[in-house]
Amino acid sequence: MVKELKFADKASKAMVKRAAEENIDTVWDRYEALQPQCGFGTLGLCCKNCSMGPCRIDPFGDGPQVGVCGANADTIAARNLARMIAGGAAAHSDHGRDIAHTLLMAAENPNSDYMVKDENKLKAVAELYEIKTEGRDIKKIAGDVARAALKEFGQHEGEVKMIQSAPPARVKLWKEMGVVPRAIDREIVEIMHRTHIGVDTDYKNIIRQSVRSAIADGWGGSMIATELSDVLFGTPFPIRATANLGVIDKDYINIIVHGHEPTLSDIIATVSMKKELIEKAQKKGAKGINIGGICCTANEILMRHGIPVAGSVMQQELAVLTGAVELMLVDVQCLYPGLNTVARCYHTQLITTSPKAKMPGVMHIEFHEDRAVEIATRIIETAIDNFPNRNSENVFIPDTTERLIAGFTAESVFNFLGGKYRATYRPLNNAVIEGRIRGAAGVIGCSNPNVEYEEGHIEMVKELIKNDVLVVTTGCNAISCAKHGLLKSDTALKYAGKGLQEVCRAVGLPPVLHLGSCVDNSRILRVLANVVAEGGLGDDISDLPVAGAAPEWMSEKAVSIGMYFVASGVYTMIGKPLPITGSKNLFNYLTDEMEEEFGGKWAFEGNPIEAARKMIRHIDKKRKVLKLRPMIYEQVFEPVV
Amino acid sequence: MAKMIAVNIEKCMGCKSCEFACAVAHSTTKNPESIIKDGEKPGYRITVEAYGRNAIPVNCSHCEEAACMMACPTGAVYRNSDKEPVLFDKQRCIGCKMCLQACPFGVITVSLDGKGILKCDLCAERLSKGQDPACVTSCPTGALRFIDEAEVNKEKRQKVASRLVAAQQTNLAKSRE
Repeated sequence: MVKELKFADKASKAMVKRAAEENIDTVWDRYEALQPQCGFGTLGLCCKNCSMGPCRIDPFGDGPQVGVCGANADTIAARNLARMIAGGAAAHSDHGRDIAHTLLMAAENPNSDYMVKDENKLKAVAELYEIKTEGRDIKKIAGDVARAALKEFGQHEGEVKMIQSAPPARVKLWKEMGVVPRAIDREIVEIMHRTHIGVDTDYKNIIRQSVRSAIADGWGGSMIATELSDVLFGTPFPIRATANLGVIDKDYINIIVHGHEPTLSDIIATVSMKKELIEKAQKKGAKGINIGGICCTANEILMRHGIPVAGSVMQQELAVLTGAVELMLVDVQCLYPGLNTVARCYHTQLITTSPKAKMPGVMHIEFHEDRAVEIATRIIETAIDNFPNRNSENVFIPDTTERLIAGFTAESVFNFLGGKYRATYRPLNNAVIEGRIRGAAGVIGCSNPNVEYEEGHIEMVKELIKNDVLVVTTGCNAISCAKHGLLKSDTALKYAGKGLQEVCRAVGLPPVLHLGSCVDNSRILRVLANVVAEGGLGDDISDLPVAGAAPEWMSEKAVSIGMYFVASGVYTMIGKPLPITGSKNLFNYLTDEMEEEFGGKWAFEGNPIEAARKMIRHIDKKRKVLKLRPMIYEQVFEPVV
Repeated sequence: MAKMIAVNIEKCMGCKSCEFACAVAHSTTKNPESIIKDGEKPGYRITVEAYGRNAIPVNCSHCEEAACMMACPTGAVYRNSDKEPVLFDKQRCIGCKMCLQACPFGVITVSLDGKGILKCDLCAERLSKGQDPACVTSCPTGALRFIDEAEVNKEKRQKVASRLVAAQQTNLAKSRE
């Protein structure tokens, strides 16, 4: 069966066709082959947490309504969801821990290839940790900050300090609800304990712990990852770049970096510019070395170095299919195990680099932060040596690229609004209060073959900006937006409402702002906290006219992200429902009752435009409560009040 | 009265337990662990087909006028007597695949070892021990049931009857008001 993409960018369409011609299976083919997928898993009604099971609850009410231990649909669905959040929070936070370790090494190891690039950011983090900075050596401060951050993961007493970045009203609410994380690892471990056979049975209590773990991710582990990455690799500043598979250049040695952590890819980006390596490449007949990114690694090096993005998570196999990739190097998260099957059909050398993520039969060059340049050089040399193996007759690179602007942060983006000399969020808040901007939405997340590729992302973002909602984006949504020209002022503004257009034109911002990788969702949290602090739009994030969405989500990380946004008071819309719909009680709790407790709730809507409208209705509801002025310009879509 | 495997598609969850159980029931050891260890490929004779987002179990109907049986030139596909299941005899099969082409439901497939076909035998082996077919016992929601042919329709008629009675009573109640 030839899979045809109906909505996606031209490059992906062409490559999927090529995959069919070459008889190579990709993620879309594997998805088709697996239909139908098990309904018990989809509804969250299958439990295999002990060996009295596996147990399945009959959703139609005729068969068993409890498992062998007596757990009902509510308990089972809640436990499964909690474990997804544990997985997601663990992935993000472990990433944060590695960055903190690298910072510690940069501070203490004189031979380190890493150094503190952003001293201001370091000092800001030091202030949060109450570490003295005045008159102290930067390396001493860095060491103390790294140790303070590392302590957050495994401390035995106290609370995670990083959460103090949230508005005071929010922290107070969390304290009252008993969901302030004590240590990042501890909350994840506690989920695993509570969901063990015969521990926590109360679905609301299980979700309470999931909330605490998700907060430990968003306002803890992820935020540490973002802040310390900025310290080590530099806080991004708006930068122009190119996206899509067309960035692979047939005349160059192409290295694709894929995964999530910036530690290795950042060094690769720097080392690849070394003269002797470029000369070596030229000796092999190539014009030079070309680096392209996939997934969130792409976002990390895109926003700091302007390195082109080859594609989003679903394009990892398509990049190899060009036949022009000498080496694909992967670190952690969202690496399809099917990648090697595709790589074996071409000369592409797949390399795993993390001791946490190996693939059978794949070359493993383990990355160690203390020998970063040496290892990066070895990897690039492997790519150069592989260039003569390329079969130039079987190269097909789609001639499709799109320009974009990336690299906005909680600090840089709104400097624009206030101007260079008086960086402030005031103009943003004012634009919302005046009714030029309706509100803001974070549209983020993965892509998933269970929906038409990119349709959810693009249609939703367009509908939002059309209605004067400023969009911030991260992760693979950002890459999809880039490929469709939405990260570029001139094209994106065509779709924007008049009020949003005015604001964007006045300050020179695109209406869709690229805020980074998926751990950088913590940047969105920080933006929200800053908007609250600026004043005029309520005392807490739950007062703001904002919403969040992950229209094509698939990973456990996305569930953790969704939960920390809900816990922060944000209305969070996802495409495919969470795998809990087999439990009516849990469904009602997540999509309704949670709002009374946290001010935020989950919403599920598969149609991206309808989903965007529900978000807009929520934003309008918040505007009404805040008694903001009516929108200045007539709306294209009149929401139901 | 002959029994049949009745399918209630609304209840199918797409878990494919029936496919799994079918393969196990038609293996030598009937033990999933040893099937995997020994590399045996018993194959399944019932398929949960995806149609859009729906999961539909499709299995052999053991037709009265069984096209597969009529198409078979060697009598490898046969039935012992009327109303009995349509069976397959590997010894007589020449591998012409006529049965596969003739079957209007697409439930006959080539055996995974390439010798002969996979065809539902209504779990003759289990029936002789007084057990229901494996797919039916494995179904967690009762989407598959092993019941009398007459009972299938009886149930439907009973449902219709109950609705009619309910309608009648509402009408009566209204007229009394």
